[in-house]
Amino acid sequence: MEKRIRVLVAKPGLDGHDRGAKVVARALRDAGFEVIYTGLRQTPELITEAALQEDVNVIALSLLSGAHNTIFPKVLELMKAKKMDDVLLIGGGVIPDADIPGLKAAGVAEVFTPGTPTSDIIEFIKANVK
Amino acid sequence: MDIVQELLAGSPRALSRAITAIENEYEEAFSIMQKLYPHTGKAHVIGITGPPGAGKSTLTDKLAKKYRENGKTVGIIAVDPTSPFSGGAILGDRIRMNELTMDPGVFIRSMGTRGSLGGLSLKTSDAAKIMDAAGKEIIFIETVGVGQSEVDIVKAADTTIVVLVPGLGDDIQAIKAGILEIGDLFVINKADRDGVERLNTELEMMLDLNQNKVKWRPAVNRTIASRGVGIDELMEKIEEHRTYLQESGELALRRTQRTRDELLALLEEQISRRVTEKMRASGELDFLVASIEQRRQDPYSVVAALLDAYLI
Ligand SMILES: Nc1nc2c(ncn2[C@@H]2O[C@H](COP(=O)(O)OP(=O)(O)OP(=O)(O)O)[C@@H](O)[C@H]2O)c(=O)[nH]1
Ligand SMILES: [Mg+2]
Repeated sequence: MEKRIRVLVAKPGLDGHDRGAKVVARALRDAGFEVIYTGLRQTPELITEAALQEDVNVIALSLLSGAHNTIFPKVLELMKAKKMDDVLLIGGGVIPDADIPGLKAAGVAEVFTPGTPTSDIIEFIKANVK
Repeated sequence: MDIVQELLAGSPRALSRAITAIENEYEEAFSIMQKLYPHTGKAHVIGITGPPGAGKSTLTDKLAKKYRENGKTVGIIAVDPTSPFSGGAILGDRIRMNELTMDPGVFIRSMGTRGSLGGLSLKTSDAAKIMDAAGKEIIFIETVGVGQSEVDIVKAADTTIVVLVPGLGDDIQAIKAGILEIGDLFVINKADRDGVERLNTELEMMLDLNQNKVKWRPAVNRTIASRGVGIDELMEKIEEHRTYLQESGELALRRTQRTRDELLALLEEQISRRVTEKMRASGELDFLVASIEQRRQDPYSVVAALLDAYLI
């Protein structure tokens, strides 16, 4: 069998660079995953549609803009509408600790704050992809 | 509804799942392809190949938009190399095609080359058939043109476009490596750069030398894909080639050849798979290897015996 875990890495929001997202993308590739990289300034609509066409197991969002409380719920809502119930949504970036429980309750599988080793993200994906 | 019915009814999710099934070699892939096959053979498949960074994805994006303006539905298969070290890949072609993602008349799928290269050309041509059955009228297959495997992939195309850029220094090297033979059309992209005239002259000369061997003399087009320059003219050439294929009878010839190639490749794959599966299940593989190593048997007789045992 030629199965590979597929992960869509996107950087929604309007702010500048995607260095963090690229580091994660490379680490995931080195772990043997197929990473679909869609780049900067993605809307939730675009992210979920790309994820559907690519049939990914995981959507990984990198956020710096503080827009997590609007972007995550929107992505989750679209995932539900597209019946992507077996897709894991994870996120990383500057997200206040206080907001994390709420995001998880809403359906975000895990949130990785800055400084988390990429190996933690890889382990989490391996353990949780169905 | 099962996945095939959903796909034929236009579900993008079913289309996506069907491609996963063939990519991952799921059990149901075979029956999916069996049921979809009668619905294939309608699309025009365009192969786009060339060196890394030549602008293949940008060009595909611009061409796809033109076809959409003309009311055609579009499928895109973008192949990127798998890392031989980890088996993973970064598939980044979509970055250049983000504007197409929200268009319901377009479906884009990225694929890694993964393990077996022979297997890859079967898989990309199956993915193209799946999109064809789903009603996509124009299908692009983008591959990095470096080796024989990529050349095999574009054999699934009706029209193959070879994209080159000026000033690489190894232009002629790339042309020599068999790329001249596969190109139905040539594009010099990044025509905003120095060296366009030289590359154009060299290309035309090589194509002239090749001319007596072929009926269709490929045109050399210049584009600046990032700015959308030269795209209308390129699309006209593609349509010209499509008309030529139909009117000269070349399309029928090529499709017969392709059907034959695909049938034989599928047969080879299935025979090998069935025999290997049975050998693994019976546990005799290790035993046979040991016995061949000790020169108690030879591999030729072993293979002959295995085929006799498992194929009838
Ligand atoms: N100057 C110039 N740059 C271009 C042109 N066309 C594309 N580019 C740029 O070239 C870079 C590579 O373009 P892609 O379309 O990703 O090239 P590609 O051949 O698909 O690359 P790979 O898939 O990685 O092999 C991008 O930064 C484009 O913006 C052009 O005509 N002129
Ligand atoms: Mg590309």
